[in-house]
Amino acid sequence: MVSHAIEVRNLYKIFGPRGGDYVDAVKNGLGKAELNQKYGHVLGLRDINISMPAGGIMVVMGLSGSGKSTLIRHINRLIDPTAGEVLYDGVDVCKMSENDLREFRRHKTAMVFQKFALLPHRTVLENTVYGLEIQGVGQAEREKRATQWIARVGLSGFENHYPNQLSGGMQQRVGLARALTNDADILLMDEAYSALDPLIRVDMQTVLLDLQKELKKTVVFITHDLDEALRLGDKIAILRDGMVVQQGTGQEIVLNPADEYITAFVKEVNRGRVVNVETIMAPLSGNPEGMPIAKGTVLEMAARAMTSANQTLAHVVDENNRPVGAISLSAIISSMVTPTSHEAKAA
Amino acid sequence: MAGLCESLPDFLCKFPAFSDVSIRAVRKSVDDGFKALVRSYVNAIDAMVQPLQWFLNYLERLFVSSPWPIILLIMLAIVYFGSRNIKITIGTALSMLAIGLLGLWNDTMVTLAMVTVCTLIAILVGIPIGILMARSDRVQGIVNPILDVMQTMPSFVYLIPVVMIFGIGKVPGLIAVVIYAVPPMIRLTNLGIRLVDKEVLEAADAFGSSGWQKLKNVQMPLALPTIMAGINQTIMMSLAMVVVASMVGVGGLGKNVLQAINNQFFTVGFLNGFALVAIAIIFDRTSQAYGKRLQKHSEVIHG
Ligand SMILES: Nc1ncnc2c1ncn2[C@@H]1O[C@H](COP(=O)(O)OP(=O)(O)OP(=O)(O)O)[C@@H](O)[C@H]1O
Ligand SMILES: [Mg+2]
Repeated sequence: MVSHAIEVRNLYKIFGPRGGDYVDAVKNGLGKAELNQKYGHVLGLRDINISMPAGGIMVVMGLSGSGKSTLIRHINRLIDPTAGEVLYDGVDVCKMSENDLREFRRHKTAMVFQKFALLPHRTVLENTVYGLEIQGVGQAEREKRATQWIARVGLSGFENHYPNQLSGGMQQRVGLARALTNDADILLMDEAYSALDPLIRVDMQTVLLDLQKELKKTVVFITHDLDEALRLGDKIAILRDGMVVQQGTGQEIVLNPADEYITAFVKEVNRGRVVNVETIMAPLSGNPEGMPIAKGTVLEMAARAMTSANQTLAHVVDENNRPVGAISLSAIISSMVTPTSHEAKAA
Repeated sequence: MAGLCESLPDFLCKFPAFSDVSIRAVRKSVDDGFKALVRSYVNAIDAMVQPLQWFLNYLERLFVSSPWPIILLIMLAIVYFGSRNIKITIGTALSMLAIGLLGLWNDTMVTLAMVTVCTLIAILVGIPIGILMARSDRVQGIVNPILDVMQTMPSFVYLIPVVMIFGIGKVPGLIAVVIYAVPPMIRLTNLGIRLVDKEVLEAADAFGSSGWQKLKNVQMPLALPTIMAGINQTIMMSLAMVVVASMVGVGGLGKNVLQAINNQFFTVGFLNGFALVAIAIIFDRTSQAYGKRLQKHSEVIHG
C-alpha cells in the first residue's frame, strides 16, 4: 500500500449559524475575541496550510481550545469547513458526495479517540471488527484480522471482555486495534494518549513507533505534550487560537522557536534528546580528532558515549564514515543547557 | 363580594358566553359531520381493524383454552429467563395459583391476552415514531404536544370518538388502551436515542457507518435500557386502562371490576383489583430485571 500525503490548504472554520458570512472579515484580520463578542461566532481555524508527509507521523500541537480537534476532524470531514480544501491523493475531501465520503471513511481513514469511544455493549473483539463489519467483510475473515491486531496491541485473552471491564490503557489499545484492523492508509489520533498515565503512555508511543516502522501509514497525531510530539513527530505543527504559529521538524522548532508562545512551550524540553550532533558541530579544521560519532545522534547519546570513552573531543561522520565536522563535550553540554530565547535570537 | 356584582355591569359578573343556541348548533354540526364521515368510511375502517380482531381473538382463545398448567409453566419460564431471579419466579407462581383458586383464572387470561396485544401494538407503533422524533427536531416539536394531549386528556373523553368510529367491542377498547399507553413508549425511545454518547456516535461516523448501520449498531442497542423502561411503563398503563376500556366492551378482570362498582360488590371488586395488581407487579419486576441485565455492559466508563 502506498501512502499519500494530505494537503490542507487555506482552511477556515467559523462555528456558528452564519459562519460563511465572516470568512472575508476574518481574512482581513478580524480576531477570535472580536468575532465572538461582536458577532457571536467562534473562530475555530484560520488559514491553515499544512502538508502532512506521506507515510510519516504529523503531529499537531497546541493548548486546549487551540483548534486541534477541529483540524483533525476536517480530514475525515466529521466537521465541514467554512472555506478551504483538504486534498488527499488529489481529491478534495470537502467536496466529496455523501457516498464518496462514506467510502473514503471506510477504506482510507481510521480514527482513535481521546475518550476511546468504544461501543460499550460490544466485547473487545466485536469492537475491533466494527470497521470491517460495516464494510461488509465476512465474519470469519474480519474476526481473523481483528484477532491479529488485538494480539499486536497486547490484548490477547481479552477478546470477550467488555470495555468497562478494562483499564483506560487497555481500552485505548482496543481503540488502536479497532483503527488498525480497518487497514486504512490514514490514521487519525486525537489526543489518543492524553488520558493515559505517563508510563503506559510511553509504552503506547513505542507501540505506535514500532507499528509505523512497518506500516508506513500517514498518521496525524494530536497532543498537547511537547515531549510526545518530539518523540513521535516526523513533522510538527503548532496551533494557537486556530492559527498555525510554526511548523517544521522537532529540532527546528526547539532550536528556532518562532515566538514567545513557542519559546514557552519548548523551554522545559530536554534538548539533549532532540538536537542532533550535526546541528551544533563546528566545521572540520585539519584532521578529525577524538572518537567518531554518527550523524543523527542526539546530544544526550553523544555525551554519554564520549564520557564513557573518556574523550572530550569527537568528530561527526556521515553514512559513509566520512568525517563532516568536529564537536567537543563542552559544546555539547552548553547546547544542552542553554535555552534558546526568542528575544535573544532576535537581538 | 356578593354585593359587588350588583353594582357592576352584567358582562363582568357572568362570563359572556356564546348563546346556548349557537353552541348547540356548532356542536350538532360537528357531531353530525363526524358521524357522517365515519359512516362513509365504515367498510374501510372495518377492514383495517379486522386483523387486530383476529389476532386478539386468537390470543384470547389460546390463553383461555390451553390447560392451565401449561400456561403457568410458560409464564414461569418467561419470568425466570427474563429476570433470572428465583424470588420473582416463586412470587409469580404463588400469585397465579391464588388467582386460580379464587376462580379468576379465565378472566385473568382474557386480560393478559388484551394487555399482550396492546403492548405489542404500542411497541410497534411507538418505536418507529420515537426514532423519527429522535432524528428530527421538527418531528419532535410536532409530536410532543400531541403526546401531552394524549397523556392529560381524561381517558373517558377519547373513548367517545373511539366508540363513534369503531363501535362497541374489544377492538375499540384495544385502540383506546393503545392510545393511552403508547406515549411513554414514544417518549422514552426518543429520549434513549438522543442520550446516546456523542463520542460513540462520532466514532461510528468516522468508520463510515450509514444512517441505518448507526441506528442498528449504536443507537438502538445503547438506547435499549431506556426503551425497556418505556415498555415497562406501557405495560403498567395498559393494565390500568383495561379497567376503563371494559366500559366499551372489553372482558376480563376489568369487566368484573366495573360490575362490582355498579352493584357495590365490595369483595369482588377488591379481588379482581388485586389480581390486576398481581399481574402488574409480575410484569414490572420481570421487565425491570431484564432491563437491568441489558444495561450491565452498556454503561460507558471512561478512564
Ligand atoms: N461545535 C462547536 N461550536 C462552537 N464552537 C466550537 C465547536 N467545536 C469547537 N469549538 C470551538 O473551537 C475552538 C477549538 O476547539 P477544539 O475542540 O478544536 O480545541 P482543541 O485544541 O481540540 O482543545 P482540547 O485540547 O481541549 O481538546 C474552541 O474555542 C471551541 O470552543
Ligand atoms: Mg480536542
